[in-house]
Amino acid sequence: MYSNKVLDRGTPERTCTTTVALHIDGVQVHVPAGTSVMRAAIEAGVKVPKLCATDSLDAFGSCRLCVVEVEGRKGYPASCTTPCEPGMKVKTQSKKLADLRRSVMELYISDHPLDCLTCPANGNCELQDMAGVVGLREVRYGYEGENHLTGTKDTSNPYFSFDPTKCIVCSRCVRACEEVQGTFALTVEGRGFGSKIAAGPTDFLNSECVSCGACVQACPTATLMEKSIVDQGQPDHAVVTTCAYCGVGCAFRAEMKGNEVVRMVPHKDGKANHGHSCVKGRFAWGYATHPDRLKKPMIRQKISDPWREVSWQEAIAYAASEIKRIQAKYGRTSVGGITSSRCTNEETFLVQKLVRAGFGNNNVDTCARVCHSPTGYGLKQTLGESAGTQDFDSVDFTDCVIVIGANPTDGHPVFASRMKRRLRGTPGKEGAGLIVIDPRRIDLVRMPHVEAEFHLQLKPGTNVAVMNSLAHVIVTEGLAKEAYVRERCDLVEWEKWRAFISLPKNSPEALAADTGVPAAQIRGAARLFAAAPNGAIYYGLGVTEHSQGSTTVMTIANLAMVTGNIGRPGVGVNPLRGQNNVQGSCDMGSFPHELPGYRHVSDAATRELFASVWGRPIDHEPGLRIPNMFDAAVDGSFKALYVQGEDIAQSDPDTQHVQKALESLECLIVQDIFLNETAKYAHVLLPGSSFLEKDGTFTNAERRISPVRKVMPPLAGMADWEVTVAFSNALGYPMHYDHPRQIMAEIAKLTPTFTGVSYEKIDLLGSIQWPCNDAAPEGTPTMHEKQFVRGKGRFILTEYVATPERTTRKFPLILTTGRILSQYNVGAQTRRTENKVWHDADVLEIHPHDAEQRGIKDGEMVSLQSRKGETTLRATITERMQPGVVYTTFHHPESGVNVVTTENSDWATNCPEYKVTAVQVVAHAKKSEWQREFDTFSATQEAFVPKTAVKGETS
Amino acid sequence: MDGKKLVRMANEIAAFFAVDPARSTAIEGVATHLQRFWEPRMRRAIFAELDAGATAGMHELVVAALQTHRQKLEPAAS
Ligand code: SF4
Ligand code: SF4
Ligand code: SF4
Ligand code: FES
Repeated sequence: MYSNKVLDRGTPERTCTTTVALHIDGVQVHVPAGTSVMRAAIEAGVKVPKLCATDSLDAFGSCRLCVVEVEGRKGYPASCTTPCEPGMKVKTQSKKLADLRRSVMELYISDHPLDCLTCPANGNCELQDMAGVVGLREVRYGYEGENHLTGTKDTSNPYFSFDPTKCIVCSRCVRACEEVQGTFALTVEGRGFGSKIAAGPTDFLNSECVSCGACVQACPTATLMEKSIVDQGQPDHAVVTTCAYCGVGCAFRAEMKGNEVVRMVPHKDGKANHGHSCVKGRFAWGYATHPDRLKKPMIRQKISDPWREVSWQEAIAYAASEIKRIQAKYGRTSVGGITSSRCTNEETFLVQKLVRAGFGNNNVDTCARVCHSPTGYGLKQTLGESAGTQDFDSVDFTDCVIVIGANPTDGHPVFASRMKRRLRGTPGKEGAGLIVIDPRRIDLVRMPHVEAEFHLQLKPGTNVAVMNSLAHVIVTEGLAKEAYVRERCDLVEWEKWRAFISLPKNSPEALAADTGVPAAQIRGAARLFAAAPNGAIYYGLGVTEHSQGSTTVMTIANLAMVTGNIGRPGVGVNPLRGQNNVQGSCDMGSFPHELPGYRHVSDAATRELFASVWGRPIDHEPGLRIPNMFDAAVDGSFKALYVQGEDIAQSDPDTQHVQKALESLECLIVQDIFLNETAKYAHVLLPGSSFLEKDGTFTNAERRISPVRKVMPPLAGMADWEVTVAFSNALGYPMHYDHPRQIMAEIAKLTPTFTGVSYEKIDLLGSIQWPCNDAAPEGTPTMHEKQFVRGKGRFILTEYVATPERTTRKFPLILTTGRILSQYNVGAQTRRTENKVWHDADVLEIHPHDAEQRGIKDGEMVSLQSRKGETTLRATITERMQPGVVYTTFHHPESGVNVVTTENSDWATNCPEYKVTAVQVVAHAKKSEWQREFDTFSATQEAFVPKTAVKGETS
Repeated sequence: MDGKKLVRMANEIAAFFAVDPARSTAIEGVATHLQRFWEPRMRRAIFAELDAGATAGMHELVVAALQTHRQKLEPAAS
């Protein structure tokens, strides 16, 4: 259950503006209409006993422990299901109530094992607390009668156990799985005394359960229990921090025993997640103490040498001397750096500062290059700001959702739960309409109580064509919100765009052959979206990772503008960001052409400002982007790279080209918590710190800046920001910071959208959505409210240009790539947790027709080949795929998926086209040549690391 | 830098701007994009392709952008 140190108000908050006045135990209280008597009482400081109610769930009224008396009413209503009414007089304590409650408890306890002293929930159990509260002193019914004490424990889930002997059948778990998570994995089987909780006909691991943990924190007893609590005991203190996995940015309570995390529980007051989580943040934090963690700095001359363990000082001095040597020999622009979207804002800011002021060039980039760089470009061009327009709560107000190129239930699970709730509808409010645009039948298309009105199952690479045809229908059928456009958009551009989009070549009929989507479906979807009072578009990497990634982002902005859907809650353009701090790393000036706050390096006034604070001139020319760095390395003009917390060797496309580039460097400095794939090519290896080991902030997909708090000391002695500071000092560009709060103060001073941000304010408000400045002192949940950031919204002509990647007789299938729920990105963290039980290898999904043609059977090894390379992995036959399209993930380095992907990229930003590669698939059991070389190379590199340089099992 | 690859990248930029009915706007679009996003050695390399007469594989808007806006696009000697 949730910590009993946190007040549980019994039933959910009501936000109605009318208030109701009533008396509870003689005290007058005022609450929003619709509030339950229970919540009103608890908020007034009056404790009402309860078991089946909790404030994350709608009241159910089954235990009857919460009964009260209401003057003038007969009987004893349950306070959790009774709404407050004006003038009500409620009594929560009386002899009769006490008797009633005691007999309820007596019944529960008579069927409950009395092993409290040895129970893992001891000290944090509602049943135990309630027995105390109601003053239960004796249980008249013995254990001789029928009971449930012989049930067997289900320990199949790696993170929590289910002990049915302790279950009181309050159904909080079932309701949490339905209402909060939206998975409907649990049911109450049987009736009356025979009723019990079940995860379908199987155990938890093999059920529909996605291990989000919502049922575990809802359970008032030890029935559903984190195994970490069973092993380590109850925590002694808690610190609020932010999940370091995905761009939802869930707030968590890190519950601690000394320096050890006992469990991570989603924070109820977290504004991004409102007390919900997914399996990664909730449970998969064990990597932080994994034996593979690096704990000693190391250096070597050549990558064929074994690593030499050295002091921090020596490692940093060596790195600095190499940078100086290389710059002296090959020039100022022969070196660069890569910031991390997993590190904090403060750390990212420092790395780009080090490059711009210390190295003296703009060769800095970040992994957003390979994911959302087109979002930055496309939204800046059309709306004026490189960020999503809404907060997550906005989805509650939407009437129609378009999900394009995103798979939220796997990639952004906590937000997906919110969205599913809106799609299912709530009492009195019909569910929102849903249009899914995706080559795969993602889960959202059809799941319990959610079904898309339209699934536009397009061919990979035709996003622009589909989006253009949707806009074509809206404009030519007279569905555009002209008044909105006239008031808010640039009319010259609008007229130009209107003429363009109305051209017959953009009609769904004309484009059907390219997109594979029947025109009638496009017309239906366009009408549905245009008719919705509030329409919102959510998108992910299925939009950006294409040769027309930036163009698609612009089509999304165009569609939102033409339907009047920007500038209020319930609407908007919503990029679902991949990594935890990818928004932040972009905000912090990680792109080679932009200083923090998205200001181009060619802007003299901005350069002046930075130069005056940093004491060094800023180069006015854009620097190299990651793929350009690789090209320049191969060509010999780029010689040294400082990489903080990224794994470009695994995550970037065309692996063999990347390997060649890395091998060409004279000095590669890698800072990471593990020996990742990139580190195998490094000359200096600096141990990184996990999110639990440092202070700072992350910014999520809704521009929310949330606190990251140090709960344990850095394993190797230094937090990542401290390493960058030391490196810079050694390089001769002094940095002086004692705490990340000083770095944030510098960011605020230099960035107009951050001027109001400070650690003090973040502590006060919990989190802040930028822009936060004099105009918006508490931050900005919805952007472009009165006008667009760029002034007038700009429609941009978005011609559909087919990707250069074409299928041929040799490579007749299209490969597209993605992610799954339990693994995260390159998997360096999640592979080192129990999450591997759900996904221990990347598999290739293939349609039965394509499999049959090739004689491939389910579960067999196949060779995946493209013009770039080949790799072998296991095939899974599934109808989620359309014929002609295959799919896989890239969570495991040995599967070598990026050996197959190409160098094609988005025209504007060079974001790689991961989503479209022409391939062939053949039954083949042997590993590819690349995989065999990888195995040998990896084994050699791993053996080069001295045992004393990693954490190991015991230390 | 791999000149051929840069030409291909520039062609893709041109394919985006080519839709603009005003040719001068399209040329300007290509030039501005190269100026704002291409690091000097990349621009130098594509001028080397142009000067070597390798225009056969170049989108005509790229050729026009490089020729008309040479002054603003050509980086100062490093
Ligand atoms: S498992 Fe826990 S939450 Fe579920 S019914 Fe049993 S006691 Fe209630
Ligand atoms: S962990 Fe989540 S998905 Fe699994 S049963 Fe519990 S609430 Fe449902
Ligand atoms: S949804 Fe994302 S931020 Fe939230 S717990 Fe899961 S991984 Fe962490
Ligand atoms: S808490 Fe109200 S009936 Fe159970």
